[in-house]
Amino acid sequence: MSVRSTLPRSSVVGPNPNPPLQAVEANPIDAELTVRRSRAARRRRLIIYGLRVLFAAIWLGSWELSTRLNWVDPFFVGQPSGVVLRLWTWITEGTALGPLWLQAAVTMEEAVLGFVVGSALGIFFGILLGRIDLLAQVLSPFIRAANAIPRVVLGSLFAIMFGLSLSGKAATAVVLVFFVVFFNAFQGVREVDRNLIANARILGADNRRLTTEIIIPSALSWILASLHISFGLAIVGAVVGELFGATAGLGQLIYNAGHTFDVNGVFAGMFVLAVLALIAEGLISALENRLIKWRPSRVSGEIPI
Amino acid sequence: MASPAIELRGVTKRFATPNGGIYTALRDLTMEVAPGEFCAVVGPTGCGKSTTLALISGLELASAGEVRVEGSPVRGIADSIGYVFQTDAVFPWKTVLENVAAGPRYHGVPGAQARNRARDWIARVGLAGFEDRYPHQLSGGMRKRVGLAQSLINEPRILLMDEPFSALDVQTRSLMEDELLALWASTSASVVFVTHDLEEAIALADRVVLLTAGPGTVKGTFEVDLPRPRNVAEIRFQPRFAQIYEAIWSQLRDEVLVSYERQKHAAAV
Repeated sequence: MSVRSTLPRSSVVGPNPNPPLQAVEANPIDAELTVRRSRAARRRRLIIYGLRVLFAAIWLGSWELSTRLNWVDPFFVGQPSGVVLRLWTWITEGTALGPLWLQAAVTMEEAVLGFVVGSALGIFFGILLGRIDLLAQVLSPFIRAANAIPRVVLGSLFAIMFGLSLSGKAATAVVLVFFVVFFNAFQGVREVDRNLIANARILGADNRRLTTEIIIPSALSWILASLHISFGLAIVGAVVGELFGATAGLGQLIYNAGHTFDVNGVFAGMFVLAVLALIAEGLISALENRLIKWRPSRVSGEIPI
Repeated sequence: MASPAIELRGVTKRFATPNGGIYTALRDLTMEVAPGEFCAVVGPTGCGKSTTLALISGLELASAGEVRVEGSPVRGIADSIGYVFQTDAVFPWKTVLENVAAGPRYHGVPGAQARNRARDWIARVGLAGFEDRYPHQLSGGMRKRVGLAQSLINEPRILLMDEPFSALDVQTRSLMEDELLALWASTSASVVFVTHDLEEAIALADRVVLLTAGPGTVKGTFEVDLPRPRNVAEIRFQPRFAQIYEAIWSQLRDEVLVSYERQKHAAAV
């Protein structure tokens, strides 16, 4: 359409000129309300942290107490103080397998490698099959079958294929991560709003643009949601892989502790894993917030868990 | 009349339903739109109004009959088409600026140039200052403005609008209708405006095409000889408006009743 762009802007607006839209500045009453709101939010945060500490204290305290009073045998269930002590010796004197940080680093290396490779493959194939119907229809029974297998048993297979090396554990993590990410990416592509696709096509987007600018951003919230779960699975994969044969790593450390009836050692190893998983989870959340800053902020009633 | 901008000749559109049946949305529909004409299409729910637009745009192809845009048969999506959707179709992960600049960028215009043109159009639809917002930070009316700018920046010669203002509140709606008329007056685009609201159709259009209850076909065409420029909120008080309204409504009413009876029947089954 040939727009007569020489027209002054005001004449284009027509008989009912729209009021100038400006971002509304906060007035004093709003400002006070904001302060009150943030104060209330801070108080609530403090209460939540307080209750968390209380919960941990009751849990660990009753555990410690019941073992001290010999209601239950600390040999079988461990003892918080014993766990702390074991952690301390691991940190100061190292573990039976070498320094603690090295075990953590080995396991994390396996998990991160498995996570990265597994998610990349999952995203790639999820989008590919989501975009190409024929491929999805042909492969769907195979994927369903593969998904139904308890894939951790593949760890033994990988131990044979890759020996004691890093790749075996990473491969176990890959097969665990892949399916979760794949299904989410696939579903995300399928759920893209038809209207958005129609709009982009009308605006002149070709197939490549449609994929990169509409399909992938739209599927991204699905994919990122799956990454939260899949890092946990990557750690499971790495640890299980180590159980099938390894010379180092937290999984191996826990396995050794179990075999020497060192319950506190098992718990200490689990504790280290949990801390690492929490850190990774925080990193993924940060990545998520950065990548989808266009999304409306979290509804206040929703609890991040 | 010069050769029509849009021409539908004996067009039928059938869809396969999920349970294996065939649903006929349009049957033997014939209508045309002159260059620069503002044509409104009204009809009861489910009469194939949106399907008509999909056929003109090339998003769907006709099962039988012929659809021509600017003289050539429709085989896919043409560059000359703009489409404003009923529901929000702006991209939620793009800012207002990126949303509006999308059309030119898809047509190979370099980024900086596309953004400059986008800024101009954002100002024209009254959203200057909101370039960096994301759609979820805007009101429904503002998102509609983004959608409008997004379509108009491609300078379409054919503008298709599918009940674009139906989700807006009454005041915002008449404001947007006025602005649409002003924007349209500054172009030479032919508009096909689908709505179920007869008042809106008469207030905006040069001509109202009335479709029958589905499968839709043309029941009647009515010239709207009200003077321009129009003020949408006030034109309703003119006696001529009421006359035209009555003439169309007397025919639309029957179709609405047919459509309603059918829905009741379908719900009962």
